[in-house]
Amino acid sequence: MLLHIMVNLNSKILLKANNITKKFGNFVANNSIDLEIKKGEIHALLGENGAGKSTLVKMFYGLLLPDEGEIFLNEKAVSITNPKLARYFGIGMVFQHFSLFPALTVTENILISLDKNFSKKELENKISDISKKWGLSIKPSKKVNELSVGEQQRVEIIRCLLQNPKILIMDEPTSVLSPQEIKNLFKVLKNLSNSGCSILYISHKLNEIKEIAKTVTILKTGQVIDTLDTKNVSTKILAEKMVGKKVVKLKTKRSFTKTKQKVALLVNNLSRTKKNLFGVSLNNINIFLNYGEILGIAGIAGNGQVELMEALSGETTGIKEEIMFEGKPIGDCKIDFRRRLGMEFVPEERNNHATVSDFKLNENTFLTFFGRYNINESFIKKMMTSANYSYEDSIEIIKKNDVRCPHENPMAKQLSGGNLQKFIIGRSFQSNPKLVIISQPTWGVDIGAATSIRQQIINLSQNQKAIILISQDLDEIFELSDKISVISNGHLSKIKNKQNISPTEVGLLMGKN
Amino acid sequence: MENLLITILLTSIPILLAGTGELISEKSGILNLGVEGMMLTGAVSALGSVLILGNPYAGIFFGALAGILISFIFSFFTISLMTNQVATGLGLTIFATGLTGLIGEPFVGKTIPSLPKIEIIFFSEIPFLGAIFFKQDILFYIAISMIVLVHFFLIKSRFGIVLRAVGDNHESAHSIGYPVKKIRWICTAFGGMCAGMGGAYIPLVLTPHWSEGMTAGKGWIALALVVFASWLPFRLLLGALIFGGITILQFVGQARGWPFPSQFLNMLPYLVTIIALSLISIKTRAGNIYVPSCLGKSFFENN
Repeated sequence: MLLHIMVNLNSKILLKANNITKKFGNFVANNSIDLEIKKGEIHALLGENGAGKSTLVKMFYGLLLPDEGEIFLNEKAVSITNPKLARYFGIGMVFQHFSLFPALTVTENILISLDKNFSKKELENKISDISKKWGLSIKPSKKVNELSVGEQQRVEIIRCLLQNPKILIMDEPTSVLSPQEIKNLFKVLKNLSNSGCSILYISHKLNEIKEIAKTVTILKTGQVIDTLDTKNVSTKILAEKMVGKKVVKLKTKRSFTKTKQKVALLVNNLSRTKKNLFGVSLNNINIFLNYGEILGIAGIAGNGQVELMEALSGETTGIKEEIMFEGKPIGDCKIDFRRRLGMEFVPEERNNHATVSDFKLNENTFLTFFGRYNINESFIKKMMTSANYSYEDSIEIIKKNDVRCPHENPMAKQLSGGNLQKFIIGRSFQSNPKLVIISQPTWGVDIGAATSIRQQIINLSQNQKAIILISQDLDEIFELSDKISVISNGHLSKIKNKQNISPTEVGLLMGKN
Repeated sequence: MENLLITILLTSIPILLAGTGELISEKSGILNLGVEGMMLTGAVSALGSVLILGNPYAGIFFGALAGILISFIFSFFTISLMTNQVATGLGLTIFATGLTGLIGEPFVGKTIPSLPKIEIIFFSEIPFLGAIFFKQDILFYIAISMIVLVHFFLIKSRFGIVLRAVGDNHESAHSIGYPVKKIRWICTAFGGMCAGMGGAYIPLVLTPHWSEGMTAGKGWIALALVVFASWLPFRLLLGALIFGGITILQFVGQARGWPFPSQFLNMLPYLVTIIALSLISIKTRAGNIYVPSCLGKSFFENN
């Protein structure tokens, strides 16, 4: 205890939040939060989605005003009313969803976020200097929409560094990066911290926090649960504090019945040219999948996952022989036809792709199962079909998959991300499909829900179903898959058994262009 | 020949002015379909103010002012109340058509003095070109120089880049601290001012008396022109000249007795508008990077 106090005395506190409360209507997003960030420290803010991390840092950056409480900078109380003022105080922020302008060049993007006025030439030189100094290579004259996600993040960081920040806020910076890019980022962050710049690092990834941060503050439902030194705490304890209960481990014991392996899906040289400037062309994709197997497709977002999903589900169609399901050529068949053969799809976008936000859950169930109800009735009865048919199915899905609803039959938009995803996956399993293709199942879902979604997937594959799992989450890919492949710039790498490929190899394939 | 070129130039000025204003407003993300209505308002205000004050220069001022004021209606609904921009723009045009008909009623049959031509010494001496480009009215010079100014403003100036940024990604612009709504109010007002001046040009130079709906679809052509120009000022100038040329073609055709029905020639400018828009939309689907990404989207501030 004494030692703790000594440390506090020795290192200067740069930013201090005192008793901060922020409400949106009746919802308390931040409840009397206290936080101290020391000079040159990397301080992590850990919490699940909706824990109030973003709300808190938005107040540090002047995008929101606290209802109660005070913010101190260098022991002086300040009122940060807008981002300009925040920058003036030396606070920089790199956003999770980048705040860049795709149609403008790198220089223009940076120019307008600086409060001093530079000529473009001057600024270009400054950008080159900074990028050399910190190892953030970038071409200033390029338009942002021509940059990879990792490069875009570099632009955001350079933009902050140009203002000589005393504290840099980073909101979930690694969610879109490849492992190699993450390594580079961490190097930059460590250098920055050594040079005296504090970093407030927001994340829900425990390993990262242990690796990069010195101190961690855990938020849950808008309150500070604890502030800890990362050296003295295991990721397991961090996880439990974040979730607020014991984290259930996956039951991954899988019985491999290798006796009769039947081929489920064959994809032969599938190619698609991109539909617009921002799309990705698919190039000679080959997939071979047996029943009872999970194929994990890793890759950084925007490398053709969406296009691959559309081609496999039948949202875009092509040549007959491109896709064979149980030996049947279906490459030119629409999504509904493929469903009737026993394929199911869980697309990445939960709202307004997988479900209609304004429809009730039973209506959403009806849309997927349309044509399966009263199929033997007369034409007129078929025409008069109603969403009430799907009511029981819908209730069953909710019960079976532990979907937590505010009431019995809510609209899709009333569910939280995790619960909606459990419903969507449950719905696709409800019709007892033979093959399920799932894209980014746990993206933005809290740990509890993610675990149960992964369990659902494993259970399904144990019933000898074939599953394709497209995911950005490498841990997830390695945890669930039997075979692994990587999609990068529309190319799918050779499919390998999990035992024959390492995460580093996958990471390298992800970064290849 | 000289006279023909001058007529083409003068005919293209109203759509050029209105197009310039709309270009700025669209670059900031605001799609204002009320251009036709704002032009009519500018026209009737210019005509009325000249009739009352007797000075054609008053027409420019009041035309521009009226354009700004009526654009405020649009801004209030679409930016402050976040209504749908397309519906509101259409509503504005319908509203202004009726309103100007009412206001213009007492002006019917009265003629106003035209804007005087201003010779620019030395330049007007240049053979052929001098008479075309340097013996025109003040609004002509304003319209042409505006294109040059807007071009450099958008590319070189900091405010121009901010303006494009707001139209490209309003969330980001907000998050780095720019007042998105205020910027859009200003841009829409600029659009209104230009449309008002474009409208004023019609009674002040082209046909010096009031008739209901006298803009005759020029506002719609201006809108099409902005898309046609893929939001680039100099292409806008080129486009305006092409449309001006096509409009004049019908008079030439009638005068020379071309073997086309006059109705066909009358509809030529609109036909070309439709064709141009179709061609552009094909190109846009393939990904036109000039389209402001936030065009037509309302900005909700609380998040």
